[in-house]
Amino acid sequence: MNMDLRERLDRGDILLSDGAIGTLLQQHGLEPGQAPEAFNLSRPELLSQVAATSVEAGSDLVHTNSFGGSPLKLAVHGLEDQAGEINRTAATAAVRGVAGRALVSGSIGPCGKVLLPYGEADPDEVRAGFLLQARALLEGGADLLTIETMSDLAEAVLAVQGARRADPGVPILVTMTFESTPGGWFTIMGNDIPTCAATLLESGADVLGSNCGQGSAGMLEVARAFAATTDRPLMIQANAGLPELDEGRACYPESPADMAAWVPKLVANGVRILGGCCGTTTQHIRAFRRVLDQNRDSA
Amino acid sequence: MELLEQIADQLEKGQAATVAQLTTEAISAEIPAAEILNGGLIAGMDLVGEKFRKHEVFLPHVLLAAKAMHAGMELIKPLLMRDGVRRVGKAVLGTVRGDQHDIGKNLVGIMLEGAGFEVLDLGTDVAPERFVEAALAGGATVIGMSALLTTTMPVMREVIELINERELRGRLRTVIGGAPVTEDYAREIGADAYAFDGVSAVDRIRDLVAGGPGLLGGP
Repeated sequence: MNMDLRERLDRGDILLSDGAIGTLLQQHGLEPGQAPEAFNLSRPELLSQVAATSVEAGSDLVHTNSFGGSPLKLAVHGLEDQAGEINRTAATAAVRGVAGRALVSGSIGPCGKVLLPYGEADPDEVRAGFLLQARALLEGGADLLTIETMSDLAEAVLAVQGARRADPGVPILVTMTFESTPGGWFTIMGNDIPTCAATLLESGADVLGSNCGQGSAGMLEVARAFAATTDRPLMIQANAGLPELDEGRACYPESPADMAAWVPKLVANGVRILGGCCGTTTQHIRAFRRVLDQNRDSA
Repeated sequence: MELLEQIADQLEKGQAATVAQLTTEAISAEIPAAEILNGGLIAGMDLVGEKFRKHEVFLPHVLLAAKAMHAGMELIKPLLMRDGVRRVGKAVLGTVRGDQHDIGKNLVGIMLEGAGFEVLDLGTDVAPERFVEAALAGGATVIGMSALLTTTMPVMREVIELINERELRGRLRTVIGGAPVTEDYAREIGADAYAFDGVSAVDRIRDLVAGGPGLLGGP
């Protein structure tokens, strides 16, 4: 049995998360534009296999295939009535795949709608959707929850509240997406890093950080900005750079070795959970694993 | 402050109810609808666009201003039609086939309407043929395409190839945007313009409608 996430963080462990899942699923027949979560019902064995592959590459923490699993987001694909089942099987499939060798984190992404008063989404409905999702992920056996790629602090707080309501004790990781502006790092909704950190901690998050939107160099700056405002363990999942063109196809430029070279700097700035976002592969995770193991052995 | 300036000012502040009230006053004072549109509503959206461009305000500010724009627009729309006022242009918008992300695309639509354009929003998961057919049927001269996924970006190229095949290049001009999309990509696939965000989409489409050269050096 795994140690609890909090125990491992308290002990000073650095945990390796996983890479992008969507590209992997596309190699297995997911059509562009199809909801990746649709696979949870039709091909759970494939998700177990993906989870097992991540563990074998060295992940200590594996995410469920439920990023777009909030009922509002699933409604775009007409799958909202199956939200409970989709999230539950996302977790059970990952649990089966890791077979006790890693922690399973239930992934919760944005609901895809803009909240009132700026957009039309009702906060109570959005929170209720996150609660349903979190409950199903935990029923399926998730050890913790990762609320990720959030651009609106208000929505991230609703997700934390929903997750807390589902289980008052479950570790909750929250990573937001920032962009660089002349005035510093902000989400597109205008939330800065100190405000995000303070608000998310107050709402009950355990680990804070960032994913998506930036390659390694940008993410190091984001991590530094978080470290300047909180002592909490940080989580960072960078993209493999920003997409570039290669014969008309968008490709992510940072190789496994490129990204792995940033790992020690991230760790030195308070990052305790590391992984990859868009464009990262199993090879990236293996490269991260090697660097983390070398660092630990030489420490 | 003059009434139209007040409309622009309140719109910039995102005060929908006040904008509606001032617009009603302007209509009662028999200010022509076209003047209310240009001197009040569009002027206000331009102020917001400028602040957004300078990173002085963020998306929520723009969204509230757009709601205020909408509130004023609803009131003058019948008058614009009655007066036969021509909008500054007509654009078709959509998120490409296989892609369901619409927040950015919707924002472009709101901003375009705010800039006085007529917008035909085709929604998400739009097939290449639909972009072209809708533009031809609706008399639009610009097609705006959005994609959030690297896997759906290539559909933009299909739309442009279709325009070329049907020898509609120049008559239908294209602008593309979305998180993974870059200006290099726009050049590569032969789009007329690339827009980084909602504000720049309006700028680019204004240029294209005015016969500007775009990335290809001409219509």
